[in-house]
Amino acid sequence: MSDSKSRPERVASHVREMPPSGIRDFFDIVSSMKDVISLGIGEPDFTTPWHIREHAIFSLERGITSYTSNLGLLSLREALADYVARVFHVEYDPKREILITVGVSEALDIAMRAILEPGDEVIYHEPCYVSYKPVIKLAYGVPVAIESSAENNFAITAEEVAAKITPRTRALVLNYPNNPTGAALPLENLKAICALAVEHDLIVLADDIYAELTYDGVHTSAASLPGMRERTIFLHGFSKSWAMTGFRLGYACGPADLVGAMMKIHQYTMLCAPTLSQMAAVEALKQPEADILEMKAEYQRRRNFVHASFTELGIPCPRPAGAFYAFPFVGDCGLSSRDFAYKLLEEEKVAAVPGTAFGSCGEGYVRCSYATSMDDLKEAMTRIARFVGRHRAS
Amino acid sequence: MDELLKLLKRNALETPENLARMLDMPVDEVKAKIEHYEQAGIIRGYQAVVNHDQLDLNMVTAVIEVKVTPEREGGFNHIADRISRFEEVQSLYLMSGAFDLLLFVSGRTLKEVAFFVSDKLATIPGVLSTATHFMLKTYKDHGVLMESQDEYERLKVSP
Repeated sequence: MSDSKSRPERVASHVREMPPSGIRDFFDIVSSMKDVISLGIGEPDFTTPWHIREHAIFSLERGITSYTSNLGLLSLREALADYVARVFHVEYDPKREILITVGVSEALDIAMRAILEPGDEVIYHEPCYVSYKPVIKLAYGVPVAIESSAENNFAITAEEVAAKITPRTRALVLNYPNNPTGAALPLENLKAICALAVEHDLIVLADDIYAELTYDGVHTSAASLPGMRERTIFLHGFSKSWAMTGFRLGYACGPADLVGAMMKIHQYTMLCAPTLSQMAAVEALKQPEADILEMKAEYQRRRNFVHASFTELGIPCPRPAGAFYAFPFVGDCGLSSRDFAYKLLEEEKVAAVPGTAFGSCGEGYVRCSYATSMDDLKEAMTRIARFVGRHRAS
Repeated sequence: MDELLKLLKRNALETPENLARMLDMPVDEVKAKIEHYEQAGIIRGYQAVVNHDQLDLNMVTAVIEVKVTPEREGGFNHIADRISRFEEVQSLYLMSGAFDLLLFVSGRTLKEVAFFVSDKLATIPGVLSTATHFMLKTYKDHGVLMESQDEYERLKVSP
């Protein structure tokens, strides 16, 4: 058999040309090393609360193992309609305006595929989650990046958005609190950006996955602003707030025409989200605040600790307002983000993701996730202090 | 409960500097608060959480349910105070339900604990009855699991 020969022409060109995720090679090196303290983890270090796991087990015992409706369990959609109305102040009809997906990742993918004609432009902001650009491209859209800057605490402005709008602009992706910067979007910025969206008839994809993990102030979803509900696809999920990443469960809320279009793709490609995960999510929504508040309090203490530690080291680090990432500027060490991350890993066995993995404007920064135990954080900060001391001096 | 107390309950060895960072408070304020808690008797002491099962100790622990007659004026306090003075008694609680006092008692041998119950505890005026349960194994103590669980292999880097 001579089937091992690579034949790139067999792979569709737009996939062939897509670079692998920027964290892939870094991941491989970290995985091969022992005793690494990883600040590179984009998921909670908590285990899913026991009552949620227990309910999933119970649902298996009861033999609930079949498909659900394409949109997802009605009981889950109803519970979500209540939750979203209470927390985000937007009302959705559980029968037509809520779709349960396999993580926000799937929701994002099918949202793009549902709304984009080939060549349509989608504005998003960098540094950002690694999927936006590829997902837009896979839907034959054109990604248009706004480079958010540290001077504005990584919050984008309406002026920056306006500068990118063309007749082909179809949609705008907002992700605050932000991965990887931990930034929040001030309400006045959000209002001005939403006014632009209304003016130019744009669809806004509000990736609010970290909304509950907002430490300073209150998160406002784009969907809740005047004139926005009809043009916003509200994306959310259970991964971060309930530490349920492995359950792969997200949801999209929006006007019935958009959710219906997404549902069409979903029914042919996914059929439905895993029933077991949906059952677990029903339980999660029974007493959401108790679970979330406990984890949030812990993240907030770690946020304070990490921010204070970087500040004491003289490393500029915007105070993260949400999510569980700090995004310090390490450019003063005379190393590129990539070199800083690789040398830090090699010399001190601490893994932090180079900022460039989240867009080229992440140069000079590293993403430090504080979704790891306080003991590990303390040790990691001691090692980073040693590392920075050594490299700043030389 | 105050955040500082919560953190100290979890790890009493945490340095004031780290506590200050976590709580976004000046170090001096943290130190002053701890001192206040100590002086006010809110913090009664600092102890290690030890897994006795891992040590080859000659030690048995019993949980004892005690029914007592409350006294006029003193209620349960007088008799509880008397019982708590025995150094064998590690913990003592007043309970609702089928009995009144719950004791955690330790000794070197089963016989020693049995002797404590029959000779010292049961003979105290006002003690009506006792029921002694010996502890076989500790799974969790003060919120700490006594057996390390195998860590599930989490991805070391994820987006």
